[in-house]
Amino acid sequence: MHSFGYRLNGLLTFAVTILALMCVIASLSDNLNIPSPSAEIQIMNINWFQKQPKGSDEVSLRMNISADLQSLFTWNTKQVFIFVAAEYETRKNSLNQVSLWDAIIPAKERAKFWIRSSNKYRFVDHGKNLRGKEFNLTLHWHVMPKTGKMFADKIVMSGYSLPEEYI
Amino acid sequence: MVISSALIIWKGLIYITGSESPVVVVLSGSMEPGFKRGDILFLNMNKDPIRAGQIVVFNDGRDVPIVHRVIEVHEQRDSKEADILTKGDANPHDDRMLYTSSNRWLQRKYIMGRAVGFLPYVGWLTIIMTDKPII
Repeated sequence: MHSFGYRLNGLLTFAVTILALMCVIASLSDNLNIPSPSAEIQIMNINWFQKQPKGSDEVSLRMNISADLQSLFTWNTKQVFIFVAAEYETRKNSLNQVSLWDAIIPAKERAKFWIRSSNKYRFVDHGKNLRGKEFNLTLHWHVMPKTGKMFADKIVMSGYSLPEEYI
Repeated sequence: MVISSALIIWKGLIYITGSESPVVVVLSGSMEPGFKRGDILFLNMNKDPIRAGQIVVFNDGRDVPIVHRVIEVHEQRDSKEADILTKGDANPHDDRMLYTSSNRWLQRKYIMGRAVGFLPYVGWLTIIMTDKPII
């Protein structure tokens, strides 16, 4: 009952249990943080808007994205993954979400920013429904902790629309 | 002691999360710097619809499941079936080339769970045991 093996087993179980408890408490402390992020996106320009050879609509646009996400960071935050998605509905689909741009914010200091960019990922529809389409732009963020529960939320900005004719 | 408590926690997690494999080990670096090889992810699978930004674990008939983020969702109005596209954060291209079926999209039936929480480094035990079966 007092051999080395038993003592090591007992010690290890205790250590792992304490470690797990610390991780849980660290994660729970994230709930104390009440974030107040803000963001704004402007579409500077529609670069082009065409129908692909095999039939789907595609748009390329240039955006001006500014945001202040510093309040999302806690001591237990490893990084915040953000992305901008266009959300719209079509006759056949009740919801379409297409991610246009994303970034990783590794630290609180970099969480207040202003960037101008074309869409990183292709904005292609599931058909030919984009002419004159009204859509929302949503800025989503995903707070990835050093340990524990991940939090995700978004800001929805509405009122954007695509041209009636192909450019 | 360690093994029995691990088993109890495992079975408890299966019950709570409603998923067949509530915990997965991250095996590749395609989600860095968020998830590194050897991290453990806690999964949850409920009836909520799949939306862009969620980190999902899917297996469309391959050897090991893949943990990537959803970047596109096209949900049909009547059937509520959705076409889903995923991509690893650290990968330059989306996963279309990886999907095993000739389908260019993923469906919900291939998704085993959503990642909701994570523990760093703990998964190395599983990786060591599978890579070096002698131990």
